Amino acid sequence: MGLKTPLYDTHVSAHAKIVDFGGWDMPLSYGSQIEEHHAVRRDAGIFDVSHMCVIDLSGARTREFLRRLLANDVGRLTVHGRALYSCMLLPTGGVIDDLIAYFLTESWFRLVVNAGTRPKDLAWIREHAAPFGVDVRERSDLAILAVQGPTARKKTVALLTAAHRATALDIERFAAAAVDSWFVARTGYTGEDGFEIMLPGTDAAETWRALVAQGARPAGLGARDTLRLEAGMNLYGNDMDETRHPLESGLAWTVAFEPAERDFIGREALARARASAGERLVGLVLEERGVLRSHQVVSATDAAAGAAPLGEVTSGTFSPTLNRAIALARLAPGSATRVLVDIRGKPHAARVVKPPFVRNGKPLIDIQ
Amino acid sequence: MSEQIPQDLQYTKSHEWVRALPNGQVEVGITDHAQSALGDLVFVEVPQVDRKLALGEACAVVESVKAASDVYSPVAGRVVARNEELSQKPELLNSDPYGAGWMMRIELEGKAPALLAPSEYQQFLKESE
Repeated sequence: MGLKTPLYDTHVSAHAKIVDFGGWDMPLSYGSQIEEHHAVRRDAGIFDVSHMCVIDLSGARTREFLRRLLANDVGRLTVHGRALYSCMLLPTGGVIDDLIAYFLTESWFRLVVNAGTRPKDLAWIREHAAPFGVDVRERSDLAILAVQGPTARKKTVALLTAAHRATALDIERFAAAAVDSWFVARTGYTGEDGFEIMLPGTDAAETWRALVAQGARPAGLGARDTLRLEAGMNLYGNDMDETRHPLESGLAWTVAFEPAERDFIGREALARARASAGERLVGLVLEERGVLRSHQVVSATDAAAGAAPLGEVTSGTFSPTLNRAIALARLAPGSATRVLVDIRGKPHAARVVKPPFVRNGKPLIDIQ
Repeated sequence: MSEQIPQDLQYTKSHEWVRALPNGQVEVGITDHAQSALGDLVFVEVPQVDRKLALGEACAVVESVKAASDVYSPVAGRVVARNEELSQKPELLNSDPYGAGWMMRIELEGKAPALLAPSEYQQFLKESE
């Protein structure tokens, strides 16, 4: 028996298939995960992501602390409510976790970190926060509902009073605001517009039911994974971990080397890695029938027998939107545009592409 | 949710079903339990017609969004037909595992092996829960 979110009983009564995810009993799907996927691309889906960990940081030196802790620079957050995606690194440059930081007030920032990494994240953050006098508080009292899809915002604000509705609709992409007892962020993990709503766990089940009544379709971790992969978003533990740094994980865009004097943890290691061509994370589209899976071996199309492979798939799946297998793969430096992927002992042709594969309901990759 | 186990079929512990056809051949597919455990199927590979199969040989692959899984031949024999529709419509395995989702027909070689009766398969599922 694993940990349970306040919505566990709601999922069980909706006949969800429950699986373990990072120690939590979470819904994998409520029937067809492909239908759930399409609902998010075409209309709206609702996910329980209460297993993720909300951490409130407070104290006068919170911004200074985060500029040390994170590879991206919260110095870029100048408007209240703005969010920033970042990795939290070891001195080696290895990724402890990826997270979102919200700037609420000068003495209050909020982090949302992954469920599976919660204990080590909290320990690391507490250790490094102490010298800055920053208070670290885990908000296990909060649940998180992700309402995602082209009609997600409309369906969500239908539950609000006129005044609150206006506040919620004013939230810009990648920003957040307090709306009544909710903390509403216009963020997500699907490549669609929508909200992530943090609210008291005691209100979660009622709000879930109200959003479902508005037409948001319950969607599980299965659809969440195919949606995030189509959107070209990394999954911690698959596409990066403590042995891999952001530059070889497709996350160079999240590392703020400027200003040069900002001394974030991992900076020296990344500066060294940056000086040489290293492995890189690319997108793959399978050109034949089959399904890409993590750890499948990727080789050059002209590889001699016994030659070292180019790398391996870090996350693979079947893309319901493209009706093709897609993947993220970590490959040796080079400019291969076509590769071979070993699927159960047989080479399958794949094309190297730049993620994302799908955004806002639209394929971004040509499928011949 | 209760899974269907038709009374007129026989089963294996690897979740294949076997239907005896009037002409002595058998039809093979995967059970409702198997399709439900795999989730949405997106790719099915069935053996070529005329392929000889040994008892228990991995002869087909079913892939869902989640995982790939081998299908093992529940009998020894020769493939005489395969469900061509599955290559375009793998979801038939989800929607109708004992009907439109059939995978192949096999002409038996030698005697039919001992398979599980519906009640035995049901008991097996219960024990492996």
